[in-house]
Formats: sequence, C-alpha cells, structure tokens
Amino acid sequence: MNRPADKPGQHLAADTITLAHGAGGKAMRQLIDTVFVAGFANNLLSPLEDQARLDLDDLLGEGDQLAMTTDCYVVDPLFFPGGDIGKLAVAGTVNDLAVGGAIPRYLSCGMIIEEGLPLDTLRRVVASMKSTADAAGVRIVTGDTKVVHRGAADKLFINTAGIGVIPRGIHIASQRARPGDAILINGHIGDHGAAIADARGEMSLHTDIQSDCRPLNALVQTMLAACPDIHCLRDATRGGVATVLNEFAQASDACLRIDDTRLPIRAEVRGLCELLGLDPLYLANEGKLLAVVPADAADAVLAAMRADPAGEHSVCIGHVAEAPTGSVILQTGFGGERIMDMLVGEQLPRIC
Amino acid sequence: MNQPLHLIDEFRDPAKAGALIDDIRRLLPRIERARQSPLQLMEFCGGHTHTIFRYGLEQLLPEGIELVHGPGCPVCVLPRGRVDACVALAERPEVILATFGDAMRVPGSHKSLLQAKAEGADVRMVYSPLDALALARKHPERQVVFFALGFETTMPSTALTVLAAAHEQIENFSLFCNHITTAPTIQAVLDTPGMVLDGFLAPGHVGMVIGTGPFRSIAERYRKPMVITGFEPLDILQSLWMLIKQIAAGRAEVENQYQRVVRRDGNAPGLTAMATVFEPHSTCQLRGLGSIGESGVRIRDSYARFDAERRFKVPDLTIADPAACQCGEVIKGAIRPWQCQAFGNSCTPQAPLGALMVSSEGACAAYYNYGNLPELLARQRQAQQGAAAS
Repeated sequence: MNRPADKPGQHLAADTITLAHGAGGKAMRQLIDTVFVAGFANNLLSPLEDQARLDLDDLLGEGDQLAMTTDCYVVDPLFFPGGDIGKLAVAGTVNDLAVGGAIPRYLSCGMIIEEGLPLDTLRRVVASMKSTADAAGVRIVTGDTKVVHRGAADKLFINTAGIGVIPRGIHIASQRARPGDAILINGHIGDHGAAIADARGEMSLHTDIQSDCRPLNALVQTMLAACPDIHCLRDATRGGVATVLNEFAQASDACLRIDDTRLPIRAEVRGLCELLGLDPLYLANEGKLLAVVPADAADAVLAAMRADPAGEHSVCIGHVAEAPTGSVILQTGFGGERIMDMLVGEQLPRIC
Repeated sequence: MNQPLHLIDEFRDPAKAGALIDDIRRLLPRIERARQSPLQLMEFCGGHTHTIFRYGLEQLLPEGIELVHGPGCPVCVLPRGRVDACVALAERPEVILATFGDAMRVPGSHKSLLQAKAEGADVRMVYSPLDALALARKHPERQVVFFALGFETTMPSTALTVLAAAHEQIENFSLFCNHITTAPTIQAVLDTPGMVLDGFLAPGHVGMVIGTGPFRSIAERYRKPMVITGFEPLDILQSLWMLIKQIAAGRAEVENQYQRVVRRDGNAPGLTAMATVFEPHSTCQLRGLGSIGESGVRIRDSYARFDAERRFKVPDLTIADPAACQCGEVIKGAIRPWQCQAFGNSCTPQAPLGALMVSSEGACAAYYNYGNLPELLARQRQAQQGAAAS
C-alpha cells in the first residue's frame, strides 16, 4: 500500500488473485485500492504513504508507555464456526496488547497470498478484519501484500502488528503472582481449538462448537477499573490454559493450584476431547484470558468481568501458593493431585 | 463448572470413588496379616495408566497396594527397527504413509515419522484406517500405506479396512502390519524370572473384541486373579476392589467389571474379520520384552497384495535399545520409571531415549508429566548413592 491508485473505486477484472496482484504494477494498485483501502476505510491509511503517521500528543494523552506486538496467523481452514482468519488476525493482536493493560490503537496488516485465492475470499477476510477492528476501537493504518506461487503458502497468511498505550500506574507482569492471589478466567476453555479440530472435518462430527475468537480489550479495561493492581494477565492462545499457568508459575517462582472441578468446559468440547484423547487444558483459545489478582480484589474483578459480554461465564479456578515453586498443581475432584506441565509439542490424538 | 457429560460423569463421581476407596481400605487388613510386602497389582493397558495418573488415583490408595504399569501401550512396545522400516516406507516418493497421531513421535534409531515428515515424506495423520483407504481412493496414482498397530482393540478396524479394499479392488492400498496380541504378552510378563505380581487389571477394550475366554486360561494357568476393567476412574477403583476381594478369598478367577461393554464371547463380526485377514505370526519382537512366541500377526496369503512388507520389500531390521534405556525392566514392572538412571536425565519427553517416554500412555511419560519430578529425581539420586555406598 505504498502508492495511491490513479483511479479510485475501479473494479478488479479478475476473480482470483494472480502473481500480477503482487508485482507492483497496475493490478496491485487496483487490489490495494478496491480491496484494502476501501475495506479498511480510514483516513490514516488512505493517503497511502510508505508509512502511517500517528499523532504523538494523542497517544500521550492516554498513558505513559507505548505497547507494541506482532503476530502471524496461518489458520486452516480460513473460515470456521465463530470466526475466520481476518477476525483472528485483528482480535489476536488486539488481545496481546490488551493483556498488558494497553489500550490498543493502531494495527498494521501484512498479507501473504497464494496465487489462485478467490478474490471474494480476500474481500470477506478484509470485511471481517474491518468489523473486528471497529468493535475493538482500533484502526488498520498500514500494510503490505505479497502474492506467492501456488504451494509456496497455504491460501492466505496474515501478519498484524499493533500499537497501544498503557495508562499510567498499570504494572501487569507474569512475575507478579503472589501466594494468596486468586486465579480467574473469563469463560469456557478450549472452544477455539475444538472448533478448528471439528471444522477441519477429519472426524465427520456434527457439533455446534463455535470459536471464542473476540477482542478482549474492553473486558480488560473493565477489570482494571475494578482493580488497577491486577498482577498477571495473559490470553490463553496456543498451548492453552495449562501453558499460561505454567508461564505465570515459572516467572513468579510460585505454585499455582487449580481446582479441576471449577474449570469451565462445555459439554461439546469435553465430548470431542474424550473422543480424540485430547486435554482441553492444552487446546487453543482466542477469547480467553487468565488473570492473577490480589485475593481481596477477586470478588470485585469477577463481578466486573461477569458484567462484560466477553466475561459472563467468568470464574475463579484456583489460587497461588508458595510451594513447590514454578509448578502448576491440579487438584482432581477425587482429592488427588497431579502436576499440570507444559506440552513438549503438539497434542496428538491417541491410538485407542 | 464442567458441563455434565452423560455416560462419562457417572463414572467419575468423587463420592462413589471415596466409597470404593473406603471399601478397599476395609478389605486390606485381611490380606496384610498374611504377607510382608505390599500387593503388586499390574494394570496392563496404557489407557489405564493414563487414567490412574490423570485422576491422581495412586495417591488415594492405601499404602499396602502398589500399582505396576504394564506393557499394554502398543506405541511403547514397538521395536526401533520397525519404526525405522516405517520411516523408510514413508520416505519412498510414491508412498503416502497414513498413521495414528501418537505413533508419529516414536523415535526410530535415526528419526521419527514426524521428523521424516518435516524432511519431505508424505505422512498423514488419520483417525481410522478407513481414512487411509479414503486417501487411497483420492490418490490413485500414489501408494497409500497404513501403519497398522495396536493390540486386538484396533485389529478389527484394520481387518475390515482390508476387506473393504479387497471388495472395492483398491490396489494402491496396503498395511504395514505391527499388530500384536494380548494374551502372549501377558504370559511373557508372567514368565519373567523374579516377577512378583499378585493380580491384573485386564484391558477392557481388548476384552470387548476377544471376550473373556483368553484371559480365563491365563488366570487358571498362572493362578493370578484378573479383572477386565473399563477406563474411567470408578472402573479402575471398582476393579481394584474386586481384585483385592479375590486375593482375600484366595481366588484366581477372571471377573468382568466392564460389563457395559465386554461380552463373554467378544465381538463376533470383529473376530471373524480378524481371522479372515490375519494369522498368528511365529514370533514377534516387542520392545523391552524381546521375542515373544505367537504374539504377532501377519496378513494371510490370500490378502498378501495388501501387505506393504511383501509389496515393498521392507528391510527386517533388529536394532538394540540404547544401553542406558531400561524400558524393558519398567515394562515388566521390575523397576519403577524413576529407578531407571536415564529417567529425567538423558531421557525426557523433549528428548526421549525410550518409547515409554514418548507416548502419553507410557509409564515414564506419565511419571514425568504428572508426578512430582523433583521428588522423583531426589529418590533416584538417593538410590544411586545408596548403591554406590554398598
């Protein structure tokens, strides 16, 4: 998106993306103009300079630290129940900013497109990015497009980087879990991972599991309003809830004790996991965060979370203890205990 | 908070678990008066091991009971030479190798299927052998090889797939057959010198296929009580209670706890399909247990065209386990995972030396992932120092 198109509003003749759309010539300008500029529709993108220019005073008005993050999105299939790669690419990066306490403001959008992608698919993805960005209150202000030979990428890969501002007085860090703190989650575990597993169609199951993909920045700001001193906050994406809890335990040199009976997991997700021999605690989420908060603030934060649409099923799932340090212990409903470790690699379905 | 799951949660009821543990506690003194050492009860099946660790059942049991984790994980007992042969098959350019997920990480002597895939081999994860047959239909120009493994639990579905391939005359489909049978494997464990096992939890899903008969003959021959057991925590606790009741009464019978699934005569159509496609193999190598008579199966001559080993001339490799690896001793229940010097040191889930560390159902992986690792390693060091001092 580095040159203004000479005929704004012009229609693209082709109905699939070809290498010409990434070659820097007229076809690319048309693509940028008719799909991206029209789709993302904002006055910071439309000048199409080589860089977006952001007002510093405006940012300084919101806080004293700039937060920056980047993430790549390669999900297959591109569209799945509850979301698509575009929604994911915006919500994921917004959430990475939000869980640092930042107010997300601007995103970039880099796309790597495999030649042959239907143009209509790209338009749908862009429309989804725009509506998700609007819902999260962020603008997509700069971008880049590459088209690669068939087989060099799988349909569409998206990178988004994001900038946000952290208000003064917020010090969320994974090292800050202290004995006595409460551990909260904003709803059901494993929906995204289960929805993707199901959407791939390998199991021919007919479930109505929806991905939980959504921006969480409004929820986080609600939580911070209830308790500015939230100790740890992280979204439980790849590696799932178990991985984030382990990251907190190791960074804080503390023991996180989780009550198995309090973990919120939908029956459909449990059923899918039972069939495949998977553990929902390691399934990816795209709209779930884990918070470690001082015990005396737990009720207020939970009440605030439950009042937000992204947190109506919020619960306290455990607490922080002293020892054994660096570990997560799951208390089973039977009164037994087990260590909940990180996975070595991907979860693989069991034979029998 | 978990939303209820009908026909699952009934078998995970903590109150009922507590009652069963109380019952076990009440039975135990009757046995303990007559013996010096704890009861050694083996769960044969990796699925049982998984449940025991996942629910922390071992710590709930009274001290007089020790659970010994047996060889019933088909991924764990697969010899390295067979993994190498499978990798060699997968690396043939014309081959699509279809496999169950957890077989992908098992290390051969050079690499696993996962590594072969990363290097360009066409390895596909499937949930059923019928998925492999579908791949063969979809890619008539390629050779689809299904990595068939497992005890009798998975054998009927493999056999039915071969019958379907024969019926449809799908000629680009074959099996790399690594199926093994349960009864000879249990006997190999019982024949191990110095083996002191007091009873068995027998594998429920194998029982679903083969029925209760094959277990009965072992129980009678070796005078060991057996309970055919389901896979939920209450199944395991109830079966332990049934086993201990038998021991207390001096009985050595086969009882069926998993009555909601296992019938006396097993699954007739499944058994027929198995007998049509497979025949017993003279001997079979099992990792850790060595060569076991009649434990393997091979594809009958009438279905030889679906045998990948005859189609591709797969090398017959025998590769010894790494010297430091004591998987064999662990599989037989002779030592606990942490008593192996490699456990947690040169053998971890990140870099597994032995197969028991690879599969999520392997005893070593279960101890490593779910156990208290620092404590286990401290015990290992103490034992080592003790051995050095003596």
